[in-house]
Amino acid sequence: MSEREYDPLDVAPGEPHDSLLSESLSYIVGLGLALLLTGVSFWVASTESLWGPGVAVGLVVLAIAQMGVHLVFFLHITTGPDNTNNVLALAFGVLIVFLVMIGTIWIMYHLAANMGPMPEMTNLQMQRG
Amino acid sequence: MSATEAPALGLTHGGSEDTGLGSRGPESKSIVVPYGFWLFVLSDIVLFSALFATYATLSHATDGGPTSNQLFDRTLVAIETGALLLSSFVCGLAIIAAKRRNLLWTQIWLFVTGALGVVFLCIELYEFTHMIGEGAGPQRSAFLSAFFTLVGCHGAHVTAGLLWIGTMMAQLWSKRFDPPHMMRRLMCLSIFWHALDIIWVAIFTLVYLIGTL
Repeated sequence: MSEREYDPLDVAPGEPHDSLLSESLSYIVGLGLALLLTGVSFWVASTESLWGPGVAVGLVVLAIAQMGVHLVFFLHITTGPDNTNNVLALAFGVLIVFLVMIGTIWIMYHLAANMGPMPEMTNLQMQRG
Repeated sequence: MSATEAPALGLTHGGSEDTGLGSRGPESKSIVVPYGFWLFVLSDIVLFSALFATYATLSHATDGGPTSNQLFDRTLVAIETGALLLSSFVCGLAIIAAKRRNLLWTQIWLFVTGALGVVFLCIELYEFTHMIGEGAGPQRSAFLSAFFTLVGCHGAHVTAGLLWIGTMMAQLWSKRFDPPHMMRRLMCLSIFWHALDIIWVAIFTLVYLIGTL
């Protein structure tokens, strides 16, 4: 470590910073990336020049990328050894979030598809009225 | 290394090998408390995932009422998104100032953070009252119930965050940075505020952008 030349600006976002400039710079880079991804999201949703069915998937990918930017540059999740607990907790949280969301959407979509329209229900309401 | 050398070198936090916590002993409170708060934030995100799943399931159950395409205004959402993102960034600047024990700039950045949060909340409330005024309140359809629950829950979190920012500013004003827990509280506040922005990214993508495709 000591052989390398010390550069106050060459510090990862989560590391302790000595210089005010380098610490602010990591937030500014994060803000720039987040603004860029947000802008692209709104452009992708508005433009007509992209293949329609792919737009929703692209938006989800952009959103996940932006969450990654927020985690690294604002919440300082790093790969450093002192961050292992935070990363493990995050991984478990992400697992639960995906289980709940994909599981619910998958099951409820198939449930709705298999039920089909329910004429007897509408009839019941007609009779009651 | 003997048992007396390690504390002198700053390698331990006062624990010994008898505690079963390893040779370094338990971590200091400045590490443990934000970690516990991070666990809370993650469980809060799990709570939101259930609301997102509900919304995704019910987003087409409009019961003949207004659909997401007719209700949502992308320009307003873009302003809300910008305000919350800038607010998150400025909150980071407040932490940078606080780490350097600069009271004036910490207070200024915290105030800007809160002000941008208020802008976000006002736009959201305007949107809600506008929708309810048009007869698109939460009781109109399952889609609108899910929408108001999801977005309203996020708005409630932002409101709680604003109260917290105000409390922090008052505490900083009277106690300054002297007690060691002030920095810990500021760290927890910043984790909470950044997490709210992460949830908003999911909301503006899934609810507002995909809902108005």
